[in-house]
Amino acid sequence: MATTTIRPATTGDQAPRARRRNPQRPVWQERTSAPTQTAKSATIVGILLVIAFPLYSIALTSFSTQASINLAGGGLVVVPHGLTLNAYKLIASGGVVGRALLVSLALTAVGTALSMAVTILASYGLSRAGSFGHKTILWFMMITMFFNGGIIPLFLVVSALGGYDQYWALILPSAISVFNIIVMRAFFMNIAADLIDSARIDGASDWKILWRVVLPTSKAVTAVISLFYAVGYWNSWFNILLFMPTDSAKWPLQMVMYDYVTQGMAMPGSGITNTGQYVGNQQIAPLSLQMAVVTLTVVPILLVYPFVQKHFTKGVLIGAIKG
Amino acid sequence: MSAVTGKAAAAAAATSPPVRGARGVRGDGIPPGAGGSGGSPPRAIARWRKKLYRDRTLIVMTVPAAVLLLIFGYAPMLGLVMAFQNYDLYDGILHSPWAGFSNFQQLFTDPGFWQAFRNTVELFSVQLVISFPVPIALAILLDSVLSRRLRAFIQSVVTLPHFFSMVMVITIFNQVLGGAGLLDTFLRTHGVTNPPQIMTNPGLFKFLISGQLVWKEAGWGMIVYLAALAAISPSLYEAAAVDGANWRQRTWRITLPGLRPIMVLLLILNLGYALTFGFEQMLIQLSAVGPSAAQVITTFSYENGIVHGNYSYGAAAGLFLGVTSVILILAANKVAHLLGEDGLYRNRK
Repeated sequence: MATTTIRPATTGDQAPRARRRNPQRPVWQERTSAPTQTAKSATIVGILLVIAFPLYSIALTSFSTQASINLAGGGLVVVPHGLTLNAYKLIASGGVVGRALLVSLALTAVGTALSMAVTILASYGLSRAGSFGHKTILWFMMITMFFNGGIIPLFLVVSALGGYDQYWALILPSAISVFNIIVMRAFFMNIAADLIDSARIDGASDWKILWRVVLPTSKAVTAVISLFYAVGYWNSWFNILLFMPTDSAKWPLQMVMYDYVTQGMAMPGSGITNTGQYVGNQQIAPLSLQMAVVTLTVVPILLVYPFVQKHFTKGVLIGAIKG
Repeated sequence: MSAVTGKAAAAAAATSPPVRGARGVRGDGIPPGAGGSGGSPPRAIARWRKKLYRDRTLIVMTVPAAVLLLIFGYAPMLGLVMAFQNYDLYDGILHSPWAGFSNFQQLFTDPGFWQAFRNTVELFSVQLVISFPVPIALAILLDSVLSRRLRAFIQSVVTLPHFFSMVMVITIFNQVLGGAGLLDTFLRTHGVTNPPQIMTNPGLFKFLISGQLVWKEAGWGMIVYLAALAAISPSLYEAAAVDGANWRQRTWRITLPGLRPIMVLLLILNLGYALTFGFEQMLIQLSAVGPSAAQVITTFSYENGIVHGNYSYGAAAGLFLGVTSVILILAANKVAHLLGEDGLYRNRK
């Protein structure tokens, strides 16, 4: 698809369309020769395929019957043959994956809300130039970006607090990223001071200024940082391995994916044994169930992606270009 | 890669001194001490307390974050004293017997540790050489696409994998390149009897992880370079074109020099995180390729400390990592400053 939209190929005299100058091309720039143009289009299509094709194939396999998987040599299905919703029906009927999906969604929602609340408060609290002790507090926070105790002391601290096998252990230890606080603080510092000063003169407290003035003018940065936190919670995996390694009934989706898909362990309640045979009368293709887990993990990201995507450049570059 | 950039730039912005007298600086309404700058101690204390009272709301706002960092950031730092103990789960940190430097002696004579050290350096270097130029090339390629909509579409596709977890990326790689994966089946059906085992070959592992990193992060890393490209003045290109410079010359003489500052910055910052890179990626694939290729210092610390329950030994490796990483980061910054870049924190002069 990219080949057709990219730019009319300059294939010489027989193509009248090729003679028209692309209005988007700067006047001084020469036209690209046909071979270069072809090579470039091919590269771009290749890059897009390398990313999109595995995703397509995985999603297709999750909807495929065992027969079509066998037809594909036991691996991912490329051409659709027999389609079925069995894998998703099994997941919807309860069991490990369905529960893990709900757990992951809940952890992400609660965690993101908590992280955002703490981050917004800290960012605003540190953003007013000349306020008491803000530099000290900022340094206190930034030190943790450069040095930390490492995995083992953290594990022992969380265990000592009773966090082993508890959901809060998957949220609190990584609830705030100092980096995000710094980004958001930089944003808050750039809000027109007049706006804040006039609110203060009108008698607004800092809480009110934050809620009524600062937050409404910082929607982009709030969106991007929420996305970063949400993706962080959704994708977090090592936390689970560390604090909840055995209690599979409590596992979020990433750990389910790691154990049953990446490691290929047997999934309890799926009717599928370790060797990929199914027992009882379940008619589920093991691979389709595994790929359904992968697909379910991608879908929420795809759903949120278009809405936040326009803010990425801002989010990545905050401060980077300014200095 | 770009997470590091952003971190750097933001940190630089954070530590820049507030401009005195600029608007937005909290007009404190507190009269300066009578003697001009200093003021007598009681007055200074009174001013201090007044300022503290005035800004109490702001300070309260930072408390939740500070408490979280105290518990999950600073308490583990204190817990690192266990590296000098023979930590026992039941005695705790207060009553475990002291061991002096014996854990470190054991560590530095442990062939497993040096294997992990070598692996870390080797995997990092190969990964850096392979994956560093890709976002740059990608940015230049995308920048040359004229259609705005097509550009936006390509960008959104290549950025997407950044938001996948490492578990997911490796699962996808498994399904495509692993045994019974897409490539494997394709080769088998086309007459290759013994297709290469890419996912489990220790010799190929460094290229495998580089490929995974490129697949996941190249699009995201590209965004910074695209912005840098947009900041290059078009009149430079125009003048060069008028003077007869062709596409290749313009790229070499204008585009790449324009990207140089950000390239240098990213490269140096990457070096600062050399020893701690790729923990999850290695841990997930450790069992598939074996420790001879995939064991790095971070996984070594985790395996000894958590999996084998040898807490003090793991913490010793962790402390080694922490200290060397800080040294690396500071050194990388020094180099950045010498090259006239801002680095992780700003050179205040």
